[in-house]
Amino acid sequence: MEAPVVGTVLAKAIHSLSRIGDELYVEPQEEDGLALRSVNSSSRSAYACFLFAPLFFSRYTVPRGQDFRCKMAIKSVQAVFRSLASLEKTVEKCHIELDEQKNRLTFTLHCKHGLLKTHNLSFQDSESLQAVFDKDSYANVFRSQPRLLVDTVVHFPLSLEEVTVSVSDERMWFRNHVEDEAERSKAMLTELCLASDEFDHFAVQIHNSVTFCLKELRGLLVFAESTGLPISMYFDEPGSPVVLSVTDSVLEGNFVLATLSDDPKRSKNYTERAHTPPPLPPDDFMNDDIDSYLIAMDTSIAPGPSATGPPTPPFAGSASSKQPAAANQGTRLHSEEEEEEDETGDSDRPPNKKFCSLFFGSVLPPSSQMSTQPVTTQEEVLASDSEDDTEV
Amino acid sequence: MPLSTQSQAEDEQYVLVASLDNARNLSNILRAIAFKDHAIFSATPNGLKVTVEDCKCLQANAFIQAEIFQEFTIKEDLVGFQVNLTVLLDCLNIFGGSTVPGVSTALRMCYRGYGYPLTLFLEEGGVVTVCKINTQEPEEPIDFDFCSANVTNKVILLSESLKEAFSELDMTSEVLQITMSPSQPYFRLSTFGNSGNAHYDYPKDSEMMELFRCTQTQTNRYKMSLLKPSTKALALSCKVSVRTDSRGFLSLQYLVRNDDGQICFVEYYCCPDEEVED
Repeated sequence: MEAPVVGTVLAKAIHSLSRIGDELYVEPQEEDGLALRSVNSSSRSAYACFLFAPLFFSRYTVPRGQDFRCKMAIKSVQAVFRSLASLEKTVEKCHIELDEQKNRLTFTLHCKHGLLKTHNLSFQDSESLQAVFDKDSYANVFRSQPRLLVDTVVHFPLSLEEVTVSVSDERMWFRNHVEDEAERSKAMLTELCLASDEFDHFAVQIHNSVTFCLKELRGLLVFAESTGLPISMYFDEPGSPVVLSVTDSVLEGNFVLATLSDDPKRSKNYTERAHTPPPLPPDDFMNDDIDSYLIAMDTSIAPGPSATGPPTPPFAGSASSKQPAAANQGTRLHSEEEEEEDETGDSDRPPNKKFCSLFFGSVLPPSSQMSTQPVTTQEEVLASDSEDDTEV
Repeated sequence: MPLSTQSQAEDEQYVLVASLDNARNLSNILRAIAFKDHAIFSATPNGLKVTVEDCKCLQANAFIQAEIFQEFTIKEDLVGFQVNLTVLLDCLNIFGGSTVPGVSTALRMCYRGYGYPLTLFLEEGGVVTVCKINTQEPEEPIDFDFCSANVTNKVILLSESLKEAFSELDMTSEVLQITMSPSQPYFRLSTFGNSGNAHYDYPKDSEMMELFRCTQTQTNRYKMSLLKPSTKALALSCKVSVRTDSRGFLSLQYLVRNDDGQICFVEYYCCPDEEVED
């Protein structure tokens, strides 16, 4: 594969992926372009994929009919693009070449003053790493400029593990997630509220909350901010992953983060399954009375879809059909490299903290569309199993 | 200046007296070779030479010519002693190193001879400190026997371009391989690390290449751990000359401009790790 490419976007994507996992999975595809992926290998609770269309490159050639995949330590690739600031100033051209016989991926950077940097990185064969998710079927869809989310997360300490995002018809709240009830009284609680008009797109069907890892989100934010691309966010029920995307005409990045599954013991503010919905308070934040605001917080989350129409997916015209989760029973495939972990987040009996792991399809050949959009294959793969009856 | 009010009689005891209005003109350059605790000082009427060695395969020298000093008086042809360089640098920096322009530490370095300590008079803002550092018998510096006649390949590069390469070098590589050749790749730095190998090629016609004189293709490897300290000298310098001789010994010479724009030199000599004939 040859791919001379100008620009530091590739480097930024790699740095971004390094926040997710230790290994970089590389898959050059003939039609769809170059896919770079990473997964949180310890818990499989985070997955990210950047797909660079052939047009992103000034030249892109992939040997015909070959299915090639490899993986390598992401630190090695980061070393090639070590200093982003100097990259922008000094690199004129970047050439990436794959030598299958020698198991080497070569990065050649043509820099100013005639300096040529060549990095020959060894890789291992790997199989496909692809999380299957259908963001178009998610109930809640948002899109905003990266600045909005960056300015939001800056208020949370870097050490914060998890953040909870809750939505109502007109508002989105970010809160730091605190594990135990006991700790809540001692911990500092931070909460931020965003109004729907701060977003470019805000469509809520279900008022609910999801809790996911903040550190992994930050990886995408850095990328989005430096490239100026708007971020789309999709989520559904707790336990179902939250998907964050950036896209433009030649690239698409998706971060799929697992969320805490529902814990019926914690029946306070954050469950959306309130059996007797309290009356919805007037959603009036023009009134600056803090007390009424706090009260509204406790009771404002009510179930039931809002009156908004179906969310407009940013990727109109996706060729894949939607897979209702309940339809796929007992035909779950996993990436061969991992054991099936006992992390099936079952909504009936979750331990206190449980992330649903994402299930990865080992995509069997040949699939006509190997993109990050869900694929219709013979074996169907679930994105989450919160409603699944069968166990593996 | 208070330091110069010492009496003539005291001065006569010293075999070496060297004064600087700005001690940084000495301390900065010494830091570029301070990878070991001990340094050998050799003073001649030409100036001061400070040598640091490691493992018998690496030697660094800093040259500060007599003209750099405001006063340089030497009573013998050669005055030599050994001191703890770390302690010396701490003393030179005893006032904390002010970055306010116009404020600097003045230095008067005096040595009475064999068996006597090295005396430093340091002054800043009217405050005078006297430091006496014990000296030892100077060891004989290794003679790498590197002479111009045996030099096979020589290039002079602007430091700016090498700084970038050195800052990115793969430290998991045990060696740094240097290839110099009259044909492609002309001048190449290579590393062989855990994740693969990397090459930095400088073409002979690059604007960064001030001089290119290579007569034969040579590839030599040097221990990365030995060359790592040289990056300090590289950081200070504006130009560097890289030479190898027929045995594969490496000479790196750095042109350093001090605070007042005067030129000093630092050089590193390194033995090859193994010879790889190309």
